[in-house]
Amino acid sequence: MLTTPAMALRFEVLARHNRARASRLTLPHFEAQTPLFMPVGTQGTIKGLTNDQLEDLDCQIILGNTYHLALRPGADLLDSMGGLHKFMNWPRALLTDSGGFQMVSLLHLADITEEGVTFQSPVDGKPMLLTPEESIQIQNKIGADIIMALDDVVKTTTTGPRVEEAMHRTLRWIDRCIAAHSRPNEQNLFGIVQGGLDPRLRDICLKGLVARNLPGYAIGGLSGGEAKDAFWRVVAQCTAGLPEDKPRYVMGIGFPLDIVVCSALGADMYDCVYPTRTARFGSALVPEGVLKLKQAAMATDFRPLDSSCSCMVCKRYTRAYLHTLVTKEAMGSQLVSYHNVAYMMQLSRDLHNSILEGRFAEFVQSFLQKQFPEGDVPEWVCSAMEVAEIDISMCCAPQSRIAKMQV
Amino acid sequence: MEFAVGACSGGARVGSLQLADGVQVETPGLLQLTQKGLPATIPPDMLLDLHPDARLCQFTPLHFLESPLSLIVARAGGIHKLSSLTGFGMVAVARDMLAESSNGEESSNSVETGQPIVGPEKYMDVVNACKPDLWVSLPDDVSPWVDEKRNRLSVDRTLKWLDQCLSLQNAEYGNRCLGVVVGASSVEERIRSAEQTATRNVAGFSLGGFGMGEDVAHRDLVMETVIANLPEEKLRHVCGLGLPEEILQAIGRGIDLIDSTYPFTLTKAGYAMTFPLYMESAPSSLEKQPAVEELAENGSDSAKINLRSVAYRLDEDQLVTGCKCYTCQRHTRAYIYNLMITRETLAQTLLEIHNTYHYLEFLKAIRESIKIDKFNEFRNWFTSKRHESRVLSRRAEEL
Repeated sequence: MLTTPAMALRFEVLARHNRARASRLTLPHFEAQTPLFMPVGTQGTIKGLTNDQLEDLDCQIILGNTYHLALRPGADLLDSMGGLHKFMNWPRALLTDSGGFQMVSLLHLADITEEGVTFQSPVDGKPMLLTPEESIQIQNKIGADIIMALDDVVKTTTTGPRVEEAMHRTLRWIDRCIAAHSRPNEQNLFGIVQGGLDPRLRDICLKGLVARNLPGYAIGGLSGGEAKDAFWRVVAQCTAGLPEDKPRYVMGIGFPLDIVVCSALGADMYDCVYPTRTARFGSALVPEGVLKLKQAAMATDFRPLDSSCSCMVCKRYTRAYLHTLVTKEAMGSQLVSYHNVAYMMQLSRDLHNSILEGRFAEFVQSFLQKQFPEGDVPEWVCSAMEVAEIDISMCCAPQSRIAKMQV
Repeated sequence: MEFAVGACSGGARVGSLQLADGVQVETPGLLQLTQKGLPATIPPDMLLDLHPDARLCQFTPLHFLESPLSLIVARAGGIHKLSSLTGFGMVAVARDMLAESSNGEESSNSVETGQPIVGPEKYMDVVNACKPDLWVSLPDDVSPWVDEKRNRLSVDRTLKWLDQCLSLQNAEYGNRCLGVVVGASSVEERIRSAEQTATRNVAGFSLGGFGMGEDVAHRDLVMETVIANLPEEKLRHVCGLGLPEEILQAIGRGIDLIDSTYPFTLTKAGYAMTFPLYMESAPSSLEKQPAVEELAENGSDSAKINLRSVAYRLDEDQLVTGCKCYTCQRHTRAYIYNLMITRETLAQTLLEIHNTYHYLEFLKAIRESIKIDKFNEFRNWFTSKRHESRVLSRRAEEL
């Protein structure tokens, strides 16, 4: 077992409901509350929203994509300017990913070897290599509060020996990441649990990462098209296998329903482009699900997006007015983005506070009832809630009725 | 609506404009452009604190002609409520300035037929539904080089429509009409239009048919003529001008309200306004100004900097040193440069905030010069600085 690495965070569980926890995560730049959704800032900005707006919306940790930031403005430039915090003038916390996932998903001809991720430079087509060392060095220059290890990530739909190879490599790479990390007192290196959908592989990876005694852990390799029933089981296994007293981050999760389920199973942090991306298509997040503002019916709907939302957009504007904006004006998507981020941050607060105040089960029930007024809660959610030991029977219509509806 | 003229200097004057809901602004004042009631990229929660003078917006009723917007604005109870801009003065103008600056379309006449796309009844339906603080009557706008016959028709028709609009206006809101004076480049027709319009019971006047590519020197003459035939004590508005020199020229002729596309067009093209605002600039800010030749190399000049230029990649200064706008108080040129080249919409928002703020400061500097009776001095100083830098830029380009 390696010696305890330095940590730059404090994680205190304030309250529990079975597996769910409400916690305080103290990072160098900010004290956050979990469960927490972290909006994705890609280039160091969240699609059109100003820093003041992000603070008004109670955003606590923002994600930056290392791949994009290393290209523009560049890691050395950020370093010379005192890091990404100073560059974008964001006073709260930042998290950067390793850059590996984006490369594999964005770049043609990206390939993974023991050395690292090889790819063609998007600038001039030259062959390039991102090693675990380099990923960490770049992230050290960017300066985020939380940095992610470079992992060997495979699609969840992949089967066969490749999955096992990736999991073992991830464990070898974590040691290289730890060795390369030059700022452990200021930045927290999170390891990422891989292993596809195979519980045996996940277990090996869990044990290996836990043995490294990292400040925090992520559950990776999900939200890539796998069946929901497989998805929740992996999350459940991982949260059970990760230490109680460290934060758990499920990467790439952004559907409100998924966040509620994962929180019930004991996860703490989430990130996804979904809320801001879907805003650009005119879709607003509401308790009932998704409101498609471009639909003609919205033109005569004079209600706010969400009558329970207290954000600036819901207090000022009607669906009808927003409908006329989203189809034509940039301001339309900006306003819907604003609301969607507000929605996700309200969800985060609701999760944290309901656990803290001992009413988490009621919150989950009420959430599901609004999303599934007909009682057609998906099977996988029911199974997951059973494991989380939260009674949602009152949200589910009798099986026979559901069967009739599905016909 | 109340308007009172204050100090004068040269042909320029300051004034005090009082609108509903306690909105009070000093003139000459700038109208911020909006699209369907909201700015292009400045979010509504940032408008109130944008600048102390940022209290006037313009919009065009032409956007609200068709359903569903026509129904939506009526249902909301007017443009202020629709766009949630209570505390702002909203002025309805008949030209879609944002579209014009984007793609050169004049929207009160159809591009295809040259005939108006809306008549006074429909126009006033929308104006009354919008309930603006001030509204411009529906003009028959023609281009500056139109023939005599068409020009005469334009003057006659505009007067006829003014009368119709006035008869259709919502009585309980009192007098909020700005009668449009047309006449294109014909001094004769301009006088006729001005004299006739002045006999109507309007709150003020809007000088139409400018900013359409007319000769600038001739515009000055025409404007002077029109103003000479309008009552002193009523408001004067002009639409369609842009550049600082054009603003100065119009104010020098006695204009009180201006809407300008300049902040918006600069923003769209990735520029930040940087021209100096005061004759006695602080020495430190003068030192910081790079040589004009250097600016020319990156597509900038003494009035604006090109944030798409790699010259700003490492520049940790504010857009304008000492500027108190939101953007300059929080962000560097390097950050904005990065937002521009990564095509983030936040770049536009931050630039629009700064450019609007800077132009509002420009208007404030103008007003201050009028109050101390140094308007002509200010104008001469400003235009000579611009001329000098243009000559130097051109030389730099030639080298």
